[in-house]
Amino acid sequence: MNITTFIIVSVIKTALVLFVLLTAVAYTVWLERKVVGHMQNRWGPTRVGPFGLLQPAADGVKFLFKEDLTPPHVFKPLYIAAPMIAVIFAVTSIAVIPFGNWLNVGNFHTPFQITDVNIGLLVVLGITSLGVYGVALSGWSSNSKYSLLGGLRASAQMVSYEIALGLSLVGVLILAGTFSLRGIVEAQAGHFWGFIPNWFIFRGGQIVAFFIYLTAAYAETNRIPFDLPEAETELVAGYHTEYSAMKFAMFFMAEYANMITVACLASLLFLGGWGGPLFGPSWLQQLLPLVWFVLRVFVFLFIYIWVRGTLPRFRYDQLMAFGWKFLLPLAIANLMVTAIVVVLK
Amino acid sequence: MAHLTPTPALEPGQDKTMILNMGPQHPSTHGVLRLLLEIDGETVVRMMPDIGFLHTGIEKTCEAKFYHQVVPLTDRIDYLCPMTNNLCYALAVEKLLGLEIPPKAQWLRVMLNELTRINSHLVWLGTHAMDIGAMTVFLYCFREREDVLRLFEAVSGQRMMTSYFRIGGVALEPPLDFFDRVRKFADAFPSKVDEYEGLLTGNPIWVMRTKGVATISAEDALALGASGPTLRGSGVDFDLRRDMPYSGYENFKFKVPVRQDGDVFARYMCRVAELRESIGIVKQALDGMPSGPVKANAPKVVLPDREKMKTEMEALIYHFKIVTEGFAVPEGEVYQAVESPRGEMGYYVVSDGSAKPYRVHMRSACLANMQTLPKMCEGRLLADVVAAIGSIDIVLGEIDR
Repeated sequence: MNITTFIIVSVIKTALVLFVLLTAVAYTVWLERKVVGHMQNRWGPTRVGPFGLLQPAADGVKFLFKEDLTPPHVFKPLYIAAPMIAVIFAVTSIAVIPFGNWLNVGNFHTPFQITDVNIGLLVVLGITSLGVYGVALSGWSSNSKYSLLGGLRASAQMVSYEIALGLSLVGVLILAGTFSLRGIVEAQAGHFWGFIPNWFIFRGGQIVAFFIYLTAAYAETNRIPFDLPEAETELVAGYHTEYSAMKFAMFFMAEYANMITVACLASLLFLGGWGGPLFGPSWLQQLLPLVWFVLRVFVFLFIYIWVRGTLPRFRYDQLMAFGWKFLLPLAIANLMVTAIVVVLK
Repeated sequence: MAHLTPTPALEPGQDKTMILNMGPQHPSTHGVLRLLLEIDGETVVRMMPDIGFLHTGIEKTCEAKFYHQVVPLTDRIDYLCPMTNNLCYALAVEKLLGLEIPPKAQWLRVMLNELTRINSHLVWLGTHAMDIGAMTVFLYCFREREDVLRLFEAVSGQRMMTSYFRIGGVALEPPLDFFDRVRKFADAFPSKVDEYEGLLTGNPIWVMRTKGVATISAEDALALGASGPTLRGSGVDFDLRRDMPYSGYENFKFKVPVRQDGDVFARYMCRVAELRESIGIVKQALDGMPSGPVKANAPKVVLPDREKMKTEMEALIYHFKIVTEGFAVPEGEVYQAVESPRGEMGYYVVSDGSAKPYRVHMRSACLANMQTLPKMCEGRLLADVVAAIGSIDIVLGEIDR
């Protein structure tokens, strides 16, 4: 592949992935409103389009045309930069996430992935942890007490849970022996005992790691029961109290993009990525992995929403105690056990 | 405006503390309560509640109304339990008048009062749970509240501002299928309470957020004048329905739930148990509902039936007199207290012998309960303040009046 084709293909892929991601973000919001609505004896959106399917578009238009207020007491450069930081890092991390095998059209071969970095997992973790700057800076630059408290909570929470999150993934890395997300998925191919898929969630006690990852990921993305930074009933709206219109929507998009990234990672690392039965003609065999992958991501998003409809919220000190005194030791123990098992084998 | 009380101010005590103004517009101050908090990080060092943002002047308005015109005003004091206020006012004036209320009216009043208690507790449970982050409970509670409101609508024509009780009885005979509808609701309701409890009582996060949080001792609660579930959650066994029965409550069997811990969880458990007790009272009232008139035989006080007005001269005259110039109430003063969903709701009515009350003062249960708030919250975290406000179940309309 020469450099021109490479650039053209990359640009097309990036545009396509970005489009799909942003659409997915919009429809995750729709899904959440719909599912939580039905859990709570409500209908969710029904007015705009069939089943309210055009609601995300209507919301987008509304956000764009709302008056963009900038309170006089904010520190402007950071106040404007903060939502951008949040949304940029949230969207960037999708670049290294693979969605399926290879696309083969005649002589042309390309992976379903923007770029296959051999340290893909580290890149995702690094980029998502930069997202905390958006939150912390918005809390600080808003110059409002509620925002400040929200920003502080968010920074402390995200930094704390990142450790447990990172450690929970090391077990998988030991088993897979690679940082490349594609490599990790390939390591999960096949079955053991004839029928159980070779997913990491079923191997070497990684189900513990999966639990830690899921819990820490909820905290990372500020979702119930860990949604303290934006705890509406305590801090009004937390770090984005002073934001309106598209700036607010950016935080919103960042949160949902992060949810999707987390769901993608969980599918890739623990549930065998895009593995699944392949059948039919060759074009179908190329596209089926995408379907299996999207299904897994959907399941994770559904669990996210389900949890939101069920659980109350932790208190700040309880959240910290849970992260440092329970999740972290558990993650370390899991890591050591995994390491010993791998060495003895 | 120098003669008005200045807005309370709180100056930071130490360098490292910050003053946080919570409310009057805040999602979880249940209306328009304003709290001034001095916080050190997230720990509340001092708290000062500021009220008066929902002042309606109802107490003063009462003095310009005929006695029967006050009834609709009482609805609007505590908009979550209108019938309780109706009842308390009616009982107070009836005491002044020395009226005897027919048994059916009394039983109807008890039944509707317990439905009101359920209505009020459902709103409390929903908003309290939502404050702590459990969103679904809120909508479950409002689903059942809707049923109660439909019952109110059936009996009085109004969902919230019912004004159904009158001095001397109730406004109308309830519609024909009303008791069947109430029974249907009463049979279905206990399983719904199980549903709420299933989401909350055993939930570890809920227990962590409420157990041992915002405690208040029995002595403190008594000294600050708390009543209702706020007091019973601290282990004081006091319920006006049982200890100073009114409107025929002595004929009903019910338990008064008491918890010893004095924390948010204890108050929560008290109210949830009350939901079950109240539905028991409703069922008893349905089973033993006496027959007979729903209004006292006092033509000078009670409006005549529309039918009679068309056939009897006297009825028409009494109707005209009551509507245009009210009825005179003998000179005197009276204090009548009832157990509202929030505690001791009292009406102090003074009459100078004319057709308008000289003074109507409401003893607000919420105002006294709210005084326990700083005691509960000081030294605790910001998130506990929200839990504490929810647990004392305040209605600002009643506090400010």
